[in-house]
Amino acid sequence: MKYGLYPGCSLNGTGIEYGLSTKAVAQKLGIDFVEIPDWNCCGASSAHNRDHLLSVALPARNLALAEQHGLDQIAVPCAACYQRMKAAEVALRDEPTRREVGEVIEMKVEGKSRTRALVEVFTNDLDAEFLSSVVVRPLSGLKVASYYGCLLVKPAQVAIDSPENPMIMDKLMAALGATPVEWSYKTECCGGSLAITRPEASLGMTANVLKYAKLAGADCIVTPCPLCTSNLDMRQKAAEGLLGMELGLPIYYFTELMGVALGLEMSQLGLTKHFVEATSLLKNTPAAQ
Amino acid sequence: MGPIQLSMTVASSQDFRDRLKQEYGVDVSLCYQCGKCSAGCPAAFAMEHTVRQILRMVQSGLVQESLSSYSIWACAGCETCSTRCPRQVEPAKFMEALRIEAKKAGLVADKNADLFNDLFLSSVKDTGRLHEVGMIARFNILSGQLFKDAEHAPGLFTQGKLSILPHKIKNTEAMAKIFANVQKKRGGKS
Repeated sequence: MKYGLYPGCSLNGTGIEYGLSTKAVAQKLGIDFVEIPDWNCCGASSAHNRDHLLSVALPARNLALAEQHGLDQIAVPCAACYQRMKAAEVALRDEPTRREVGEVIEMKVEGKSRTRALVEVFTNDLDAEFLSSVVVRPLSGLKVASYYGCLLVKPAQVAIDSPENPMIMDKLMAALGATPVEWSYKTECCGGSLAITRPEASLGMTANVLKYAKLAGADCIVTPCPLCTSNLDMRQKAAEGLLGMELGLPIYYFTELMGVALGLEMSQLGLTKHFVEATSLLKNTPAAQ
Repeated sequence: MGPIQLSMTVASSQDFRDRLKQEYGVDVSLCYQCGKCSAGCPAAFAMEHTVRQILRMVQSGLVQESLSSYSIWACAGCETCSTRCPRQVEPAKFMEALRIEAKKAGLVADKNADLFNDLFLSSVKDTGRLHEVGMIARFNILSGQLFKDAEHAPGLFTQGKLSILPHKIKNTEAMAKIFANVQKKRGGKS
């Protein structure tokens, strides 16, 4: 299987472990990812607050580059990039918009390449039997809260799953042998987009997500988003202070947990690059002993 | 007796509501003030007026007040309101439209949000990518919060997440063109 890959800016920075684990898991699964040559930032989280045309044009250049290189499907790990790229794909279905955007980027763009969230590619596009056959270290006993955040499931025009009770990642966790917990904060915003400009408000939102995962009995949280992960991982200590409760919840990208279940080395997956220590819990799962 | 239009009370600001409809696809006259948007809004606690109230302000002609509101900048853009609105008003799109219009009208109440957007977009314009660390460092200096998040820097550095130099795309000229062409279409100088 061949896909274009749009890594986005975070995967070279704060989301470095997402980038590492995405590539390692793809290789293990035999999925061929071709990075879109010379891709640019999709404009999240600022362009859409300044100019609608700019917010479509920035991702549209990436879509045009993908078309030039014959990449019909583009896998996007970052939830924020996914939403902007998909929104541009949807906007380009309108002929006058397509023409106007083509004039802005000075490139031909037909809007033929489909934007896909990485979590869809690693679940819906794989045969369930194949996936269970490659799991060599089931994550037995691991209680996971699947946290989807906002941008993969909202708004309806770009959503990959239900905005209220998505299950795609829960099912993946179950396939890896883990136990997904039931909880009601799956898609409640962590305040990631306010983390820089309104840190106090953002921290209150982050703390709520962490608190309800803990109260649901989860050992850890799994996410598909580098903004959510930065917030939940890096600011967890501050959230503990705000809540007056101990959390100790490692925050994993779903690709990291896939990698562990597929038998890959933890360091290769970036699991040593977390704020909340993330390797012990996985070493302690019964299957690994 | 014919139908009474309760959601559009002030004719004088009709041009603003028309613009929201034409340019942003947001029809505020559809809103019947059920409040579902604000009941589920995770950022409502940080707002002085909820999204339902801001919608009502625009319906009733308080355009300047809505544009200069601090609340439109506390919106996290999570889109929960848009998925729950029974009238397809798309409140999140409405708040986004107000942020764009506030900038155009010079009424941005949250200077930090304005600075963030400036720095973010200048990073993209100059290099084609967002240099996270460079942007946050500049933001902290210019917003006068030099040591905000500084406690995280050593951790980020040892984890290899703190790249000192920005990643630059090859075709930075394409970026300059996109920004210039957008401005041209907006009637500004390139």
